[in-house]
Amino acid sequence: MNRKAFLNLAMGAGAAGFMGSMFYPVLRFLLPAEQTEAEPDILKVGSVADFADGFSKILKFGRSPVIVIRDLKGGFHALNATCTHLDCIVQYKKDEDLILCACHNGKYDLSGKNISGPPPRPLERYEVKVQGTDVLVFRKPA
Amino acid sequence: MRGSLAAAYAWLDERFDLGALVEFARHKRVPVHRGSVFYYAGGVTAFLFLLQVGTGILLLMYYRVGTDASYESVRYITTKVPFGWLMRSVHSWGANLMVLFVLLHMLSVLFMKAYRKPRELTWLTGCALLGLSMAFGFSGYLLPWNELAYFATKVGTDIVGQVPLVGHWLLRLVRGGDEVTGATLSRFFGLHVAILPALLTSLMGVHLLFVQTQGMAGADRAKKTMAFFPNFLLRDAIFWLVVLNAVCALAVFFPWELGKKADALASAPTGIKPEWYFLSQYQFLKVLPGRIGPVAGELVGIAVIGAAGLVFALVPFWERLVPEGRRDRAVELFGWVSLAVLGAMTAWGYLS
Repeated sequence: MNRKAFLNLAMGAGAAGFMGSMFYPVLRFLLPAEQTEAEPDILKVGSVADFADGFSKILKFGRSPVIVIRDLKGGFHALNATCTHLDCIVQYKKDEDLILCACHNGKYDLSGKNISGPPPRPLERYEVKVQGTDVLVFRKPA
Repeated sequence: MRGSLAAAYAWLDERFDLGALVEFARHKRVPVHRGSVFYYAGGVTAFLFLLQVGTGILLLMYYRVGTDASYESVRYITTKVPFGWLMRSVHSWGANLMVLFVLLHMLSVLFMKAYRKPRELTWLTGCALLGLSMAFGFSGYLLPWNELAYFATKVGTDIVGQVPLVGHWLLRLVRGGDEVTGATLSRFFGLHVAILPALLTSLMGVHLLFVQTQGMAGADRAKKTMAFFPNFLLRDAIFWLVVLNAVCALAVFFPWELGKKADALASAPTGIKPEWYFLSQYQFLKVLPGRIGPVAGELVGIAVIGAAGLVFALVPFWERLVPEGRRDRAVELFGWVSLAVLGAMTAWGYLS
């Protein structure tokens, strides 16, 4: 390598280093720090009396929303309320006894299985237990 | 009055050689033909941008950013501030019309083949300006922090998150975290009032510089032309007045609704739809199945939409591959098919 090529390489490396040291802090500044949020394993969602047949409720369960449904036969279901298609929050359609995402018309059955529309995956299921008069949701998938 | 104006002009002319500028503007010619009316779309877009800047600055006097302040401040603007409802509605309607006129302008350039050599870069800067206008619409849509805006932002940013390899990283960059929260609102506010205006103003400057340097396409071959200054510019000004009246009429008779405040634990409301200029993409993503072969349907949809945009932007380059005798017809066919598909998907999205 001659002197001119060496100097060009050194100048180029210096310029690259300078640009990197300028932009790296900006990029890191823009990327938010990871938030550590408690992820409880159990959530008390109310008492059995709060849930009439065909009633549903959305609550925060750690970082995700959970939809708790009491179906028309009195059974309880708890599922992650975030649609697996493009992140909208789903709703329980009492008249059709299924779960609907109104953003792109995705449909799931009460077990969380995607049955029509664009959702590519089922909703994550949680276990529901009734202890005394309390309705509890457990993070461990059912 | 006339004397003092002439004296002021002479004072400035002596220092800045205004005569050369006036002479340059006078030499610029605009072709006159049955499609000349479309030449006004570009000027109207620039006028609407200025209207957005003006009303945006006024709204900034009262708007406050934050999940506990944005919705309340927009409600305050529309219900308590004198003429606040008018300013907000003019800003919202102006945004929609600005996107409409950018599209009209681009379609007229496409059908007149005005993007051809030496104007390829003018076309590309125009495509980038269309993208920036849509980004303006998307970022501004969230600022009232209402239900529709919240879900539109969730969906729109989730699409960013689908990009292979860097998707999650991009999603966090855009949202300011994993979810759409106050951090997203702050980012979109910064984007809407600082970053995008700076980018759009600079790029519009470059776009106009190209137009002024190269002149209007076809002006040298046209049978009949008119002077840009003052003839065309004065006619342009009449169009601006017509559009201003149209925006005001829309704002008065169809004021922009505020809707319900965003709630992260509320279901997406039935019948939720994006703005008209995102409807065709929305409908396309809606009708795709969950999986197409081994790939998620949404990923295929996003790739197709991206590829379609790229094909549109690269018209000046791929049309050269078509034999010269069939080139005009190929581009026109491409234009009409694109329009028909976009129009049909938009109508389907609106009606379904």
